[in-house]
Amino acid sequence: MNILGISAFYHDSAAAIIQNNEIIAAAQEERFTRKKQDSSFPVEAVKYCLEEAGLSLNELDAIVFYDKPILKFERLLETYYGYSPKGIRSFITAMPVWLKEKMFLKRLMFKELEKVEKFDKKKIKLLFPEHHLSHAASAFYPSPFDDAAILTIDGVGEWATASIAKGSGKGISVLKELHFPHSLGLLYSAFTYYLGFKVNSGEYKLMGLAPYGYRDSEQVKEFISLIKENLIDIKPDGSLWLNQSYFNYATGLRMINEKKWEALFGLATRKKESDFEQVHCNMGLAIQQITEEVVYKMAKHAQELTGSKNLCLAGGVALNCVSNGKLINSKIFENIFIQPAAGDAGGAIGAALSAYHMYFEQPRESTEKADHMKGSYLGPAFSDKEIENTLKKYKAVFQQLDSFNDTCEITARNIEQGSVIGWFQGRMEFGPRALGNRSILGDPRNAEMQKKLNLKIKYRESFRPFAPSVLAEKVSDYFEMDGDSPYMLTVQPVKQSVRKPVSENYQSLPMKEKLYETRSTLPSITHVDFSARIQTVHKETNPKYWELIEAVEKVTGCPMVINTSFNVRGEPIVCTPEDAYRCFMRTEMDFLVLNNYILKKEDQPNWTDKDQWQEEFVLD
Amino acid sequence: MVFLKDLWGFLKARRKFWLAPVIVILLLIGVLIVIGGGSAVAPFIYTLF
Repeated sequence: MNILGISAFYHDSAAAIIQNNEIIAAAQEERFTRKKQDSSFPVEAVKYCLEEAGLSLNELDAIVFYDKPILKFERLLETYYGYSPKGIRSFITAMPVWLKEKMFLKRLMFKELEKVEKFDKKKIKLLFPEHHLSHAASAFYPSPFDDAAILTIDGVGEWATASIAKGSGKGISVLKELHFPHSLGLLYSAFTYYLGFKVNSGEYKLMGLAPYGYRDSEQVKEFISLIKENLIDIKPDGSLWLNQSYFNYATGLRMINEKKWEALFGLATRKKESDFEQVHCNMGLAIQQITEEVVYKMAKHAQELTGSKNLCLAGGVALNCVSNGKLINSKIFENIFIQPAAGDAGGAIGAALSAYHMYFEQPRESTEKADHMKGSYLGPAFSDKEIENTLKKYKAVFQQLDSFNDTCEITARNIEQGSVIGWFQGRMEFGPRALGNRSILGDPRNAEMQKKLNLKIKYRESFRPFAPSVLAEKVSDYFEMDGDSPYMLTVQPVKQSVRKPVSENYQSLPMKEKLYETRSTLPSITHVDFSARIQTVHKETNPKYWELIEAVEKVTGCPMVINTSFNVRGEPIVCTPEDAYRCFMRTEMDFLVLNNYILKKEDQPNWTDKDQWQEEFVLD
Repeated sequence: MVFLKDLWGFLKARRKFWLAPVIVILLLIGVLIVIGGGSAVAPFIYTLF
């Protein structure tokens, strides 16, 4: 049975294809169109998925869209009706979108699918599972669990903003839902906006900013109590109620009622790209702690309702690695699986799997040990021939090595000498994280690396931390964790033995001084609160990356590299060798490694294209 | 037509018949807005619609 899942028209369009129980391919449209978080119908991603599966549209048993448009339309109308005449501006903005396009989604989808290839409309079965069911399915079905509690939390789907479900065998039953406008995801997005980041993409920056806040300070405590007294009422089961007089998203075109927030917190909305002050960090820490509290309560309630020892997590809030780390450490559940593409892109996989197991009632294969995500390496791979053609096109100077072993040895030495490497191997990752196939790598022991990567390679804010990729077998030598984190979705503390003594007044140091204090023997991946967002690298899912890190260990004695996504600020992660070469030439990266081809920056011809990334990509 | 059929099916399944006149009126207003050439740009907000 062949099923195509599609997520589109809202945040991060994607397509995924499954054949029976197996996820064959999945990719986000942004990687092909080079528009960050492209929300258009994923024509290119669908083409790729069909090609990877060797299928045509006519051979599909179903095409499954990741939410129910009618239910969403009902939510919009009921909301406008309930708030009328207040929501008229939003209504005027929303209606053309719906009346011209989204209301006729079936027709729109057929029209878009015609861009993929010719097909027989009568043969195609279109299905529409609910948004949070797609999220739940994306987390449960690929998980290694036969039964599990499933928690999904995001901004909003149709009505639901969070849900608790129970997965058992091939079935998922939804037990509880939290409904719009009360939403943890929207609350976090509201603070993202208030602190000067872009809604829908800046949430992870806010998460990175929060550790700069003064833990246990009076200001953080005051912010938390102001938020709890005025903005949010958190119930013991983790459900919440948001005071809509402070928010504007239900009826207007902004997230918050700025005047009320500024009066409440005595702090002006931060302007985009302006300097950070300590108060912004403290505010970030306050909302991060509240988020962790809500997630913890929801998870606890999910455990009480289901009695399961396993938890599956999905929805945008499941990308909050700090909160995930705290949840893992709380030991409410023995095992936790988080869908690596937890945001809307992952809904494409969930939609397809929910149709397969729930609509077509097909059985599920249990694996018990490993999940079915194949390391999330579900995107396109490129052959040596394709790479060589690209390099010749750009008259690039390259060396082709005979063996991958040589590639690893040379790259490991370059990393040890302080070089920054663009690393391009195998199939592209699905989801927001680069997991060692489309990554920029460096030496975590090098204190200058964080600054160099942020300012000269990624061209992004200097406060932002970098993540380590560590051999799974050695993770507990460096971090206070024993389990696996193959998808870089958990933050855990760096081990005491790796830490270095810091100044007595470290906790109260200003942001920049704190940032440049050497906190551990792995300074470039140790965040200011001694935490790190860890990726454990497994020989079974990514043998090449594992081999490289092992080679790094032989040279440096440390089984770890810095791993950041292969892109610049505002750019989608590179997909093709051409994307990689262009990104390499436009930044101050030292080496580019594509399969067994190694390129040194200083050997390359001048970048005569003169195309600057700043002109091509909008800052996120 | 497919949409109207789906919509009717939805109202029936969820027993939300009270919504029918609201939908009709809002749709009529919506049609007027489309004819009036409203745009759909919402830069500061989570994509709710």
